[in-house]
Formats: sequence, structure tokens, C-alpha cells
Amino acid sequence: MTNPLGAVRRVPPRTWARYRFVAIVLTPVMALFLFLRVVPTAQAFLMSFFEWNLIRPASEFVGLDNYIKLLSDRNFISAFTNTTVFAVATTVLSVGIAFVLAAVLARAVVGRVGAFIELLYFIPVLVPMVPVTLGWREIFNYQNGILNALLGVFGIPKQPWLSDPNMALIAVIILSVWKLIGYNLIILLVGMRAIPREYHEAAAVDGAGAWHQFRYITVPLLAPVTLFVIVITTISSYNVFTQVYVLASDVQGQPGRLVRVIVYDIFENGFRFFKMGYASAEAVYLFLVILALTFIQFRFLRGART
Amino acid sequence: MMIRRGSLRADIGRLMLIAVLLLGGIVMVFPLFWLLSTSLRPAPELLFVPPRLLPEQWTLENYQELFASAPMFTYLWNSIVFAVVSTVFVLLTSTVAGYIFAKFQFPGNNALFILVLATALVPFEVYMVPLFSQMNMLHLVNQPLGLFLPFLVLSYGIFFMRQNTITSVPDELLDAARIDGMGEFGIMLRMVPRLLAPAMSALAILAFIQAWTAFIWPLLILNDPQLFPMELGLSQFANSFSVNFGVTSAGAVFAMLPTLIAFIILRRRIVQGITLTGLKG
Repeated sequence: MTNPLGAVRRVPPRTWARYRFVAIVLTPVMALFLFLRVVPTAQAFLMSFFEWNLIRPASEFVGLDNYIKLLSDRNFISAFTNTTVFAVATTVLSVGIAFVLAAVLARAVVGRVGAFIELLYFIPVLVPMVPVTLGWREIFNYQNGILNALLGVFGIPKQPWLSDPNMALIAVIILSVWKLIGYNLIILLVGMRAIPREYHEAAAVDGAGAWHQFRYITVPLLAPVTLFVIVITTISSYNVFTQVYVLASDVQGQPGRLVRVIVYDIFENGFRFFKMGYASAEAVYLFLVILALTFIQFRFLRGART
Repeated sequence: MMIRRGSLRADIGRLMLIAVLLLGGIVMVFPLFWLLSTSLRPAPELLFVPPRLLPEQWTLENYQELFASAPMFTYLWNSIVFAVVSTVFVLLTSTVAGYIFAKFQFPGNNALFILVLATALVPFEVYMVPLFSQMNMLHLVNQPLGLFLPFLVLSYGIFFMRQNTITSVPDELLDAARIDGMGEFGIMLRMVPRLLAPAMSALAILAFIQAWTAFIWPLLILNDPQLFPMELGLSQFANSFSVNFGVTSAGAVFAMLPTLIAFIILRRRIVQGITLTGLKG
């Protein structure tokens, strides 16, 4: 290897042609990718250590100051708490309901009726978020919304769904669970239908009832799929924004103010107050949560396989 | 077979189960029904307490007011252009890059692919602030190009097409085509897409839905209502104080229609696409 050209000469010309092809084809895609994904992501981390705004970028290096300040920022704490409550409640409810539905649809209600029911539950997944949020906004209306009218039938007083912060959080959870059930149902159904029929038949021969089959066959065999659904639902819930923005306006009609969530807080710090370094530190916190969730998924899925 | 035919108790149990499921199903479509019903009510009926399920006097006046006060067809057109451009580019960039990563050995192959995978873990919301300042420096704020750019590549799409190339494009076929004298570009652009058609249609659905339902990026980058896609246009319209529930409902119905029609026509493909790609709404 004394002659540097020796190494080059050993690569046959055909291979050089391939390299050239790869370079020609891949370079534009990777350039776009670098510019649109890698650079902004790296910059988010970089900015988080600076005092940074639109007009004067990187004006001062502040180390971990942004991160420390956030921990005592009441808006951020409230956003983080709300988002966590939202993510946990939405995930537990939407996955739980979808799981029971999938078990029933995979085993007890099959054929055309089953397919029709599946379709009904799937419709909310497809329709875009803004129009359905407007629909729920009418349903939740205090004065003449149909939900309060329905509660009235049972003697329950009118609830301030969209003006009390706690009730508004519940309203956003109800809307999001409603929207997510169908998606989780489809994924879980695919998993359940992959369980061989023989398992259930053998268990039935041995005298296991529906509950025991559910508990000792469906639940353990579906654990990996369920974990997948739980993790992606939690991740997408941590990024919640649209429905909160449309549904939860505060008294002045300022959208998204009533139930503060992390993405809204990033949005406000970054684009209303132009504290972009501060907003980036917040985004890094969000990323850490999502990274942790992803690791949990990989960890457990690997465990399930071995 | 353990099924006891004609067992009355089992049949009644089944019927009750179906009844409960159907009741739940009605709850699932109720908000859509409610929008439609509200959109057909005259203004005074909006204030009825308790509200009636159906309008007493059916009217289209809400739709007339909607089209008079909001450029709904502009929003619709903007959404279509945005979603089509995004889908075409995502398909192109993902298929090309996925194919190269799967079938070509070159220095840096693994490193580049790991970079792609790593960015797939970072949600858009994490890097939207620097992305915006990048667009701002390039004077792309409030420009269609600024809206489109982040939706032209999809990390997950590259990963997805690489996996599919590995499973459904056999090396023997590629080598046979090379021996027949087919050029690399011909193989990549004419032969490979035919083998990857099912995966590409799943990815197309994913990309289309992502652009169609995008909200936060349009909200950040655009401020001229003439450029708004449907989701943003509708939400800004509904937040203005001058319109009542009847008119916003009409807008919501109008915004949902294309999706519902597409779903009726493409139901199987959409469900398949969603299960294949693991799309999250």
C-alpha cells in the first residue's frame, strides 16, 4: 500500500460507474434531507445553549441557563403537567377501549356486521382534525351544547367544558380518545387476527371460557403489538397541538391559551416572544421524553423476541 | 367444533354485544352528523335549548354565507396543490434513496442510513423553531415554497422503501436487467417502481394525509390567507368573532367532504396503507 493509487486501481471500473450513479442520484436527496432535517435538528440543540432571537442570532452563550430557567417557569411547568396528564389519559383510554373492541371484533362479532362496526369506528381517524374539533366545540358548548342537554336528562348540572381549565383538558382528552380509537383498533385487530385459531380452539376444548381465553391467550400474545400502540400513541400525544389550539381559546379568544401544552408553549416562546434559544431548550426537553419512550419500546420489544 | 347451534342464550348475548358496539359506533359518527345537522339550521334554531337532533326548517343559508365570507375554494385548491406536490416528492425521494441504500455498497452507506434513521426519531415540533429561522433567512416565509419544502422528504419514507426494496426487489432480477443492457437509471425508474407498487401506494397515502392534515407548519410559515391550506383557513375562519355555529359547521362539512369521498372510494387501500406504514394521525 505504498502507492496510494494501488488501492484505487483495485476497484474495478464497473464499481466506479456504480459509485458515480449513487453519487448522482443520492446527492440531491441527501442535500435536501441535510438542509431540512439534520441542520435544523442540530441547530435546535445548539440554540438551546444560547440567548437567541430572530434579529440577533447567537447573541450570548448561556450554557444550561435556558434549561434551568425552564424548571421554574410556571408556564412550562403547567404545559408539561397538562401534556403529561393528557398523554397518559389519552393513551390509557384509547388503547384500552380499542383493545376490548378488537378482542370482540376478532372473535365474537365477525363477518359483515363486524366489518361495518369496524368502519364506523375508523371514520374519525380519517377526517382532518380542525373540522371535527369544530364539531366537538358545538357539542361541548355551555349554553346550548348537546352534551350538557344530555347530562341534564340525567339530572347532572351544566358543565363549563370549554371555560374551566380542568374541564377543557378533559374535553380535549375526550375528543382525542374519540379520534384515536379507530387507529389503535385497526393495528390491534391485525395483531389479533394473526393469532392462530387453533390456540383458542384448543383452549376451548380444555374448557377455558371466553374470559380465560382473553386473559391467557389474547393478552400475552398481543403484548408486543400493544406496546407498539401504547408508545406511538404516547409519543403523538406529547406532540398534541391542533385540537388544543382550536378548542381551548381563553376568555379573550386567544387560541390555545386555556389548556397550555408543550408545543403551544414552544410556539409562544419562539414566535410570539422570539426567545428562540429558550424555546429550543423546551423542545429538547420534549425530545428527551420522546427519546425515553422510544428506548422503552426497543428495550421491551427486544425482550419479547428473545 | 364447539359452536352450539341454536343456543338461545348465546344468540341473545351476541345480539346485545352487537347492540352495544353499534351504540358506540353511533357515538363515533355523531360529531360528523352533528356538524351536518347544524350546518342546515337557520340562525334562530342554533339557540334552541335543548338543541334538536334535526333542523325544523332546513336551509342552505349557512353555506351561502360561508362562500360569501371565506375563500373556501382557494383553501381547497391550496391543500390539493400542497398535498400533491408533497406526495410526488416524498415518493420520488424515498424510493430513490431507499433503493440506493438497499442495493448499493458504497463508502458511507451505513453511516448515511443511520443518520436518516436517527432523524426519523425527532418529531417535527422539536426542530420547527430553527427550521423557521432557516426559512426566514432564505426569505421563504409566507411563500408556497417555504410551506412545501419540509414536506418534500420523509425520513420514515426512506426507511420504509429501503425495507421494501430488500424484501421485494430480488438481486437476480437487477443483474438480469443489467446483463440485458438496461442502464442503471432505467432499472431504477422503470423496473423498480413496478416491483414496489404496493409499498409506494401505501407511502403515497401516508404522505398525502400528512400534508393534507398539516397544521402547525402552515400556521407558522404563512400569514397571507390566500395561501392557507384548508385546515388553517378553516380554523382561522372559525376563530373570527363575526360568524356563528351554523356557518362554521358549513365550513367544517365542506372541509371534511374531500376526505370522506376519498375514503369511500379508496377504503381498502387507505386501511392497508395505514397498517403497512404505521401512520399516526
